Amino acid sequence: MPTSSEAGGQFAIRCEGIAKRYRIGRRERYRTLRDSIAEMAVSPIRRMRFGRNSGAGSAEKNPEIWALKGVSLEVRPGEILGVIGRNGSGKSTLLKILSRITRPTRGRAELRGRVGSLLEVGAGFHPELTGRANIYLNGAVLGMSRHEIERKFDEIVDFAECGPMLDTPIKRYSSGMYVRLAFAVAAHMETEILLVDEVLAVGDAAFQKKCLGKIGDTAHQGRTVIFVSHNLLAVDSLCTRAICLHDGELVLEGDPGAVTSQYLKEWLPTFKEVIYDDIRTAPGNDIVRLRGARVRTHDHSSNDWLTVRTPLAIEIEYWKLAEQTSLDLVAQIFNEHGIIVFTTAELRKISAPAGLLRSAFSIPADFLNSGSYKVQLLIFQGGIGNSDVADWDNLLTFEIHDVASDLRGDYHGHWPGAVRPHLEWNTELIDSLPAGALDIQTNEMPL
Amino acid sequence: MDVETTTIVGSQEGRSTWSLQLRELWRYRELLYFLIWRDIKVRYQQTILGVAWTVIQPLAIALSLTLFLGRAVHVPPESLPYPIFAYASMLIWQLFAQALINSSNSLLDNERLITKVYFPRLLVPLSAALCTLLDFAIGAVILIPYLIHYRIAPGASMLLLPLPVFLAVLLASGVGLWLGSLNVRYRDVRYTIAFIVQFWFLASPIAYPVTVVPEKWRALYALNPMVGVAEGFRWTLRGSGAAPVRLIAVSTVAALLAFVSGLYYFRRMEETFADFI
Repeated sequence: MPTSSEAGGQFAIRCEGIAKRYRIGRRERYRTLRDSIAEMAVSPIRRMRFGRNSGAGSAEKNPEIWALKGVSLEVRPGEILGVIGRNGSGKSTLLKILSRITRPTRGRAELRGRVGSLLEVGAGFHPELTGRANIYLNGAVLGMSRHEIERKFDEIVDFAECGPMLDTPIKRYSSGMYVRLAFAVAAHMETEILLVDEVLAVGDAAFQKKCLGKIGDTAHQGRTVIFVSHNLLAVDSLCTRAICLHDGELVLEGDPGAVTSQYLKEWLPTFKEVIYDDIRTAPGNDIVRLRGARVRTHDHSSNDWLTVRTPLAIEIEYWKLAEQTSLDLVAQIFNEHGIIVFTTAELRKISAPAGLLRSAFSIPADFLNSGSYKVQLLIFQGGIGNSDVADWDNLLTFEIHDVASDLRGDYHGHWPGAVRPHLEWNTELIDSLPAGALDIQTNEMPL
Repeated sequence: MDVETTTIVGSQEGRSTWSLQLRELWRYRELLYFLIWRDIKVRYQQTILGVAWTVIQPLAIALSLTLFLGRAVHVPPESLPYPIFAYASMLIWQLFAQALINSSNSLLDNERLITKVYFPRLLVPLSAALCTLLDFAIGAVILIPYLIHYRIAPGASMLLLPLPVFLAVLLASGVGLWLGSLNVRYRDVRYTIAFIVQFWFLASPIAYPVTVVPEKWRALYALNPMVGVAEGFRWTLRGSGAAPVRLIAVSTVAALLAFVSGLYYFRRMEETFADFI
């Protein structure tokens, strides 16, 4: 138990054992009254028939999940707390509870000061209304008074860069402009506490940077921010402290740099290595059997953190059991969207005698983009195109992480593309601007 | 900046069972205004007929009632002539029915708002019910040529006109709070709403006067608050004859009961809306 006298007055947000249970069955969208009545009618009968054992049965029928399993934490005023974790780790649920959208099943939290939450950009926006009308509406939804919105109106419009479109219904806005406007309203809330969820994943690069700056700003004014994100770089560069949730529990807490790298090492599930010790049960047949496979850094340095800047090697060890045959190996690398990033093959007809073999290929640095990858291995007998003797679909899965590099400059957002090569750019001045070049154009404009 | 606003999440301490957290509601009063303004603006922007539509509906039904029931239904002589009787009845009925339907569906219609932002959820059904008042006001303008045609001079009773109107909205919101909360959990409630409204229409003195019901049963009949609302509304227009005080009193109590119980039920359920919607 924390001594309350010590902590008194020193926190902006305090959570004590917050837990949240969802009943999966009950969350179904189309539950009907009829179902409920039918259940009510049936359950006494079921109880009679199955007696005491019915308890276990009904628990299985109504599975429940604990999205949060008792999270306690304290945030001091002025802190920017980054919350990281995989999908389903409970990050968003925590934010929903703190912003009072949903109630915790157990535990309590105390928030000192006005709370502004930004769980979705443009919540409350109506497509039929103009930009101007939506600024007022969204502001009011976020808890701003009309007076406050009026005072900040010009600033919001400037920030969103949507001045000329102000009186156009926002259904005609580009998605970028929509997001800019939505964030602009929220960014101008004057609350002591700001809860932000993943909103920076949208918008164009320049605007993302602006938003990051604005959140940084907010904290400089002594505001407390909880910032939930997948973007480890943003957490790293923006937050003063970070926590990591895993499976509804707080597993890491501390300096953002330390938490993010620890998270990458320990809490991301990957199958960077598989080993089958027993040749008899290993996948395969009379011709080949798998011994093991791994993804490693090219120079064997450290085995834990693969980044876009790391040269990699993929190794496969297998038993060649048939003496008089030659094998061809083909590896396909899929990204998380199921797209084959590349296919590579060992075409030198492995005709070695029976025994344990190791084949490896390397992937250079600055080639794969950040993301999750899976390796599929196919082995052919007597040339590619013949029937394959092995097809190991999910041989390996691994994650390539993002790191700051001169490649991306100050930009912290999503870097699109299946690959991320480091290409040489060259910019040169071709000609200087002739004096008065613009004047002539304006003169020629028809009146 | 009021730093001393402290929010407690997940604990019932300091909040009694009977508290409706009206202070918070008051803090968000501007949002109520903005929500009403949004609903009205969007509705009138999207429909071609716009304002005309709000008049056509009650007028068309009132005219067909007059045409088909006008001679069959016996309206007491001290009441309004049947054509104006029918239009006035339809006007107040439309206010009630529309407010009831809107508020019952409002939570589902504002799903994104409810799952993504916190604000007192009560504002959603309340604003949905209140914005039907504009339709009513527009429809009420049509009453003027009716009154002129039937040479009915507005009397002092006209000053009491807001009372039945208020009662109709109160009742509609009360029922809307019940149905709205249930609607979040049980999707088939949406389909029962149409049935409820239809049934209620027949059970209320809209197409027929309250005199259809024998005198001794009328107080009981007034437990359906629309009895007091409809009778009261027509009486404020008529301005002659005795005011149906007893009916209105019974109906007011019933409507208040519906509203307050709806309020408490809604308050109890609102924290789970985001999980079910």
